[in-house]
Amino acid sequence: MRTAVITFPASNCDRDAAVALHKVTGIKPVMVWHRDIELPNDIEFVVIPGGFSYGDYLRCGAMASRSPIVADLVKKAKKGLAIAGFCNGFQVLTEAGLLPGALMRNKGLKFVCRPEKLEIVNNTSRYTSKYNDQSEVVYPVAHHDGNYYADKETLNKIEGQGQVIFRYKDNPNGSVNDIAGICNERGNIFGMMPHPERAIDPLHGGTDGIKLFKSIIESI
Amino acid sequence: MKAIIHIGLKPGVLDPQGRAISRSLNDLGFDEVVNARQGKVIEIDIKGKDTDLAYKRVTDMCEKLLANTVIESYLVEIKK
Repeated sequence: MRTAVITFPASNCDRDAAVALHKVTGIKPVMVWHRDIELPNDIEFVVIPGGFSYGDYLRCGAMASRSPIVADLVKKAKKGLAIAGFCNGFQVLTEAGLLPGALMRNKGLKFVCRPEKLEIVNNTSRYTSKYNDQSEVVYPVAHHDGNYYADKETLNKIEGQGQVIFRYKDNPNGSVNDIAGICNERGNIFGMMPHPERAIDPLHGGTDGIKLFKSIIESI
Repeated sequence: MKAIIHIGLKPGVLDPQGRAISRSLNDLGFDEVVNARQGKVIEIDIKGKDTDLAYKRVTDMCEKLLANTVIESYLVEIKK
């Protein structure tokens, strides 16, 4: 199966994402530049990687979410294309309106970089179905603007519909309801601030991230 | 013409930077400060003379890029 990773100016986890996808699918993903106007037709899973696209100008992910390739992603997301965004990728997905809510400056105002313990809230999603034997994972976090916010009505909706997929055990950024990762209503789009793509090799300090990629790949 | 756009977090949305500013001001002896909110101002130079049209267009810019209306509100001023 063919997958793709989008690269924006100042993305810095695009190669980590590519290694993770290569490891899980056995095929190198297509690296797609932000100015491209269309994804190759046979792509079935896309990762929007972490980083500091466009220098975080205006708001994190704001410029990237208005780039030509994201317009194509929005179109294909409506047809059911699977898309995951990690860290800056999550910010891009919320800015593009593909996921509800917004990511704000960390409550403690500091950049937080550490391994983070997460509770798997929903292990029946397309992104977590392989975690049936575990209730927690450790993925690294590394961000300054990961404070998830959504208004009450939106929160009730995503909590009620099983769209909250991961929660922080020890909230690093002030996110409402300790939310670390969410999916859209349809379940094809997923975003989280922590980095599963940086937890796929023993040298990373852990391999908890592999099952996330296996879950979504096998669901396709 | 010039458009001046004030963008700030909506009421009720926690502003950790504003809180840090307000605490710092208190530390400097400005005891009267009870709260601060931080926002941003964007100035845009605009062609044309129709201020009503400019206001409409700049509002559209805010909705499409300049503000994230999930967390932010904005105020547009057009100056000749």
